[in-house]
This record gives sequence, C-alpha cells and structure tokens, in this order.
Amino acid sequence: MATLRMREALRDAMAEEMRRDETVFVIGEDVGVFQGAFKVTEGLLDEFGERRVRDTPISENTIVGTGVGAAMAGLRPVVELMTVNFSLLALDQIVNHAAAIPYMFNGQARLPMVIRMPGGGGHQLGPTHSHSFEALYLQVPGLLVACPSTPADGKALLKAAIRDDNPVIFIEHESLYGSRGEVPDEGEEVLRFGEAAVRREGGDVTIVGVLKMAQVAEAAARALSHEHGVEAEVIDPRTLRPLDLDTILESVRKTNRAVIVEEGWPHGGVGANLATLITEQAFDHLDAPVQRVTGADVHMPYSKRLEQAAIPHEEHVVKAALATLEGSI
Amino acid sequence: MADLPDAATCYELLARMMLIRRFEEEAGRQYQRAKAGGFLHLAIGEEATIVGTTSVMRDEDYLIGTYRTHGHAIARGTDPRHVMAELFGRVDGTSGGRGGSMHIFDREHRFMGGYGIVGGNLPLAAGLALASDYKGEDAVTVCMFGDGASNTGNFGETMNLAALWQLPVFFLVENNLYGMGTSVERHSAQTDLSKKAEGYGVPGERVDGMDVVAVREGVAEGIRAAREERRPTILEAFTYRYRGHSAADPEVYREREEVEEWREKDPTETFARRCLDAGVLGEREVQEARDKAEQAVVEAVEFADASPEPPLDTLYENLYAVTDTSGWYAVDERSPHPHRGEREDRMPDAARELAEAGAAYAGQPEGPRPNPAGRGDAQKGVEPEVAGEVED
Repeated sequence: MATLRMREALRDAMAEEMRRDETVFVIGEDVGVFQGAFKVTEGLLDEFGERRVRDTPISENTIVGTGVGAAMAGLRPVVELMTVNFSLLALDQIVNHAAAIPYMFNGQARLPMVIRMPGGGGHQLGPTHSHSFEALYLQVPGLLVACPSTPADGKALLKAAIRDDNPVIFIEHESLYGSRGEVPDEGEEVLRFGEAAVRREGGDVTIVGVLKMAQVAEAAARALSHEHGVEAEVIDPRTLRPLDLDTILESVRKTNRAVIVEEGWPHGGVGANLATLITEQAFDHLDAPVQRVTGADVHMPYSKRLEQAAIPHEEHVVKAALATLEGSI
Repeated sequence: MADLPDAATCYELLARMMLIRRFEEEAGRQYQRAKAGGFLHLAIGEEATIVGTTSVMRDEDYLIGTYRTHGHAIARGTDPRHVMAELFGRVDGTSGGRGGSMHIFDREHRFMGGYGIVGGNLPLAAGLALASDYKGEDAVTVCMFGDGASNTGNFGETMNLAALWQLPVFFLVENNLYGMGTSVERHSAQTDLSKKAEGYGVPGERVDGMDVVAVREGVAEGIRAAREERRPTILEAFTYRYRGHSAADPEVYREREEVEEWREKDPTETFARRCLDAGVLGEREVQEARDKAEQAVVEAVEFADASPEPPLDTLYENLYAVTDTSGWYAVDERSPHPHRGEREDRMPDAARELAEAGAAYAGQPEGPRPNPAGRGDAQKGVEPEVAGEVED
C-alpha cells in the first residue's frame, strides 16, 4: 500500500503495463516532452523513450484513428486526449470506427485500446473546457466506459482497461488529479470491470454517484447521517459499461429509494438511464420516484459564482435524498 | 508506355480485372433483384487502378480502402463468394452480414476494410503503418481513397503525421473525377491532387488509372519508397466509374458522351487488346479468363443465395470481447423485462418473440425491387434503367 495522488496512480498503471507488455504504448498531445497537460504521463518518456511515448500534432481525429489502426494490427495503444472537450473532434473515429469495427467486421478485428480523457467543471475553464460526457460515451454500443473516483480505482481500472480487448473510454476528472488515496501495490489490485463499489452502507436511501460525484455523494451521506439521522448507501459504479446493475438493484431493493448524482447534463444523462433501469427492474420496491441530481442544463459559465451554481454539490444531494423520504421521516 | 510484364503476370492482371468487372455487373443485377440492399457502389471502370495496385503488394502488406471496395478485396484474394454473400447480408459474408457492401473486411488477406465514412480510413492507415514500424516489420500499408476524401480534415492530418513519423504508408487517390456528383473542379481548389499533400511533406505523381501496367509501375515505386526509405508518397490515378456513384444515382451531373469517351479507354478491353497485339496472350487465354470470371461470379451468386440469413441470437455477437465480468455490457430493451444484450442467446421467451416479430419486418427477401420508372422487369431478368429506390 502506498499513498498516491490520482495522477501518480494513473501514471503507475501505464508504466507497469508498459513494462509488462511491449505492445502497450502511449500516444497523444504533449504526453512526452511536456509530460502531459495534467502531468499524468510524467516520467514515461524518460523511461520508455520516444518510440513508446509519442507526442502528436494537434489532430484529435487522426490521433484516435492512428490508435485504432495500430490496435487492429495488434498493438495496445493508450491514447490521451488532452480533455474530454477535444474528444468531440475525434467523435468520428471513436463512434464510427473504434466502436463499430469489432462488430461490423464480425470480430475479425479486435481493438484493445484505451482513450483517456479528463473532464469536468470547477476550474473556471468555461463553456468549451468543462464538459462531462459520461452519458455520451455510455450511449455508444461497442465502447466500455470507466470513470474512477479514487486513486486505487484509477490505477486498477486503467490497468484493466489496457488489458481489455475492447475500446475503453477512460474518463478522468480534472479536479481529482491531486486527490490522495491508498493504492495497493503492483499485483495486488483488483483488475475488474463491471464491479461497483459500495462506498458506504446504509438502509434508508441508495445514492449512486458517478466520477467525482461519488465523493460528493459520500459527503452528502455523512451529512444525512449527522444532521438528519438518515443512513444512505453510497454506490460508485466505477464503470458505466459494463455496468454493475445488480449491485445497484440489490441496494434499491433494500432501501426502496434511489438518488443518482452526475455532473453532466440532465437530458439523456447517466441518471436518466439509471433511473429508467431501476424503475423497470425494481418498480415494486420503490417507495418514491427516483431522484436525479445533475449539472445545470447550460454551457458551463466562466464566472466562479455561476460555475459553482451549475455544478451539483452536497447540499443538492442531501435535498434529493430527503425528497425520496418525504412523509416517512 | 510502360512495358508489358511477362505472360503469366499479364494473364493474372487480365483475369483479376475481368473477375471484378463481372462481379460488379452481377452485384448491380442482384441489387436490382433486391438480393442486395442498402447502398451499392460499383467500381466498374476502375479495375486497372485496383488490380494494378494490389498486383505489386506483398502478402504481408496491408490494404485499406473506402466504401467502393468489393473489387479491392477480390483483388487481394478474398473469395468472391464471400463478398457476394456479404452483399446478400448472409452468414457466409466477409462480415457475417453485419457490414454490407460498404464494409468488406478480410484479415486473412490483409484487406483491412472498406469504410463508409469518406476519409475515415486515412488515420487507420497511419495506425497500421505505425504498428508495422513499431514491431520492426517490413509490411507497407497501402491506403486507397477517392478524390473527395482529399478535402477532409483527415487528409491533412494523416499526411502530416505520415511524413512527420516517416511511416511505411503509400497513398493512392482513385480520382474518378467526382466526389459523389460534384466534379473535382467544383470540389477542390487544387485540382492536381498529386500536389495536394506536398506542403505536408508527401510528394506525389499522377498516373493513367485506366492502364494497369502504368498503375503497377507507379505503385511499385511508391511501395518501394515506403518500405525502403520510410518515405510516404501519393499517387493520383485517373480513373472513371461507368456507373453512378451508387446504384441509385440518376447521373444528372455528367454527360452521356463523357461516359462513352471513358469507355473507349476501358481497362480490361484495352489491356486485352494490347496483350493480344503484342502476342503475349492468345485469344484462347483471353476467352478463358473471361469464362473463368463468369463461372466464379455465377458460383458466387449461387453460394450467396444458399447461405443462411444470420440467426437472431447472433444479434449482439462480437459487439464486445466479453469476459467473465458480472457487469452488463449491453442492455436489450425490446422486451417488457430488459435483459442483457450480450447474452442474447439466453434471451427470455418474451424477448425472443419480440425479436422475431421485429425481424419479420425484413419482409420477403426474394421479390424484385419496385420499379416506378416502368422500364425493365427484374423478375424476367430485364434490368430497369434506374433503381427504384432513391437514396437520401
């Protein structure tokens, strides 16, 4: 066990996999000499050299497409897109190519590749640099979607993603890069996709928090306990595809209430999706409508006050949880 | 004019071109009969560019192309029966009926795909070439695309990357003078496409794409430069498609005379004539190549026709490389009780019934295509002049 920051945990995941497997390489804008826009690839160029840590021109669609082509020919590229926002420039390669190729060529080509991208709001980066696209990528069949909230998960999931034979969209949160946490040593991580983490047990309401919102959900759960005597169960799905729906349903069947927290936009969001799945599969167990807490339905404003007003906070989650309990406490 | 290669090579070139020609003609006929659906882009007239290119590739080289690549796969060695079965959407198709005409793929012959997005294959070519370079392999990637793709962002991005990283890739522009219905003069400020990547560090040449021998020579040099010098280049081959952009193209953008002019330069006819005149091939060999093409295509249609429709429980197959995770990869929402899509073979009875109900809307695959033009009769084998269904 070591205490690491998220960015270090992610870096270690890449370094360990690169040492283990010669076919793993890192490609992206400023991942080498600059050491990564968020310093996640720090030290990799020194250790692995330019052949395996490749700085690219600013050509997102071609960076991803090059990764797809290399994966088709048997390599395991780890593509870094500088931010989630820039991934929109590569959407053609991600959706029409990476996601479709294994299926449309009937399994003749596998794409063992990872596309990492940091996103999220909270840094006053304004409307084009603060997106949360978990739902966008979740929607596309053929892609896997990981969104780790702790350094331990960051490392384990990234290693699992690199070893996985599917194209993985790996979404990181910019404001979690500096967060610290205990991280198991090499060989002791649990490298599995599709397993949610129950961050806190409780019998009154289930709160599902995605990416950074898993931490906000935990904070809200503590407040619910201290201030309202409500014991919330907090679930961090960790991967949205594959989705550990069973753990979420099991919890809802116990608590009979659910709140879903995400940073992205409300329409067609992760919460909309989960709320439907929960309603379809556990309707008889629900004592209240499923509540969603999402980012505001606007482009992220620059002003600190407005930006914070647009992002979900502990307070919003507490209110939503209490709303599911109205009349019963 | 470039010298003719030896007799065996000439025969092979002619036979491949004739096979592609007959395959494409038959594909068009089968489309009219509604055996093949969707869009159908035929390469009739472009055979010399295709075969000239593949004839100088090594087995280990990669080829990647566009949505007009039935012929490219066949030229690479794919069994025409499997290509036809793909057009028919059957299990024995190159992609098991999932890809269709625009998405032929054959890993065994290193045909790395037809792609439906114009310019989408260029970055993939850079990736394939990067992989060869990374692994220290000799393989070259040959990337073919149309004149229209030279206007996409991928063109500039990929040319830059290929030159910057000295990737073993060779680019061939199949310039058939039209990006769908828009002529080169109307879609590209630089009409000399061989010069279009020069500023990115990828120099180019032009070649008569109707002359299979000339194409061979130009491509051989480009592949050599890529393989030996890690120097990507581009070759612009002037070619022409006799048929419309797709099977549903009324061709209002060009004159009949233009088509006739190009037909005069027909790649198979001119090459056969040249081989005969030079005494390299005899009438009997030319006829034999023609007969073999005919036979292969008849067999391809019979094979495709006999191949079964894909079973419904394969709907989710190959969407993911599924591991033993307990998580849900895909959700099937077509039944009142959603179930896991990737486990479609274990779908509940209620869901199976709904899937079957959906599949029933596929209707009768046997009937002729509607023919509002009133010309021809598909059932009697008379082809109408225009396709009944118009694409968007």
